[in-house]
Amino acid sequence: MTDTATAPLTDLDQLSLGSARFGSRLIMGTGGAPSLEVLEQALLASGTELTTVAMRRFDPTVRGSVLSVLERNGIRALPNTAGCYTAGEAVLTARLAREALGTDLVKLEVVADERTLLPDPVELLDAAEVLVEDGFTVLPYTNDDPVLARKLEDAGCAAVMPLGSPIGSGLGIRNPHNFELITERAGVPVLLDAGAGTASDAAFAMELGCAGVMLASAVTRAQDPERMAAAMRHAVEAGRLAREAGRIPVRRIAEASSPAEGVAALDPERPAFG
Amino acid sequence: MPTEDAAPVTLSVNGAVRRVERGLALDALVAETTAAPSGVAVAVNEDVVPRSQWPSTRLGEGDRVEILTAVQGG
Repeated sequence: MTDTATAPLTDLDQLSLGSARFGSRLIMGTGGAPSLEVLEQALLASGTELTTVAMRRFDPTVRGSVLSVLERNGIRALPNTAGCYTAGEAVLTARLAREALGTDLVKLEVVADERTLLPDPVELLDAAEVLVEDGFTVLPYTNDDPVLARKLEDAGCAAVMPLGSPIGSGLGIRNPHNFELITERAGVPVLLDAGAGTASDAAFAMELGCAGVMLASAVTRAQDPERMAAAMRHAVEAGRLAREAGRIPVRRIAEASSPAEGVAALDPERPAFG
Repeated sequence: MPTEDAAPVTLSVNGAVRRVERGLALDALVAETTAAPSGVAVAVNEDVVPRSQWPSTRLGEGDRVEILTAVQGG
């Protein structure tokens, strides 16, 4: 008998993004952590193998580097294009990230406005097409729109990353039906991006057929980031296992789990006490 | 009498105005900001300049230089 506590059923089940393979299905962000020390503890507790960074002007006054934290723990850096509002900005940022970090992976973010941080679908698709042509492994942050998800896949993206709810909101997955529509059609991994607030959100994403979960604020801004990171790690694994196990159908009324036959003929009027 | 070539030029470096000698090489300018051997990328006038081309890239009047690195984010 297999001891599932020591031999996870998901051992050989890797996440494929382009030509890259990852044992962990939890992609972490690094924004919002109170310090690099707290961040490092949380990343280790999460078990992540892929973690996002942003590209910004070099600031000589900043002490310590998020890159060295990732390097010494064997975590691959996933540069994002956060802060870009047009396809042109995002393409240049991705090319700078490739030059700085030596990776073809890019988490493509092209947002429409500061208040919602929702993706601009037109600019996003334009940028994705250029970057795919340029040899990038493009992982786009997208709306939870099945049509846009399919167009991004058709453009050659290596995954689609629909938002559950706005970045940093912790509102979870507001339209699970759309997630199901996306995951049942997609030929590339679908990764929940944005909105996870707690462990059940991550598990739910996996149960809906997501191949992985990306989150940052839920961990880095939690009261105990390390503990929440561990919770997210288990949630992603639990949700994946539940999805693969095949859940029972939802029913409106009860279905007895104890046999209906062989019940002893007892006097229903028999007093319970005395 | 100074030649026109020797006159300093005005650049924008990460948004700040800088006066440097005409024809300054990009690697020398970057070295003033950071000595990091990796993890840094540079764009001049919105084109990526690979690290291997920094020494041969000469800066001229009005060039806009962006020196970027990876920071916490996402």
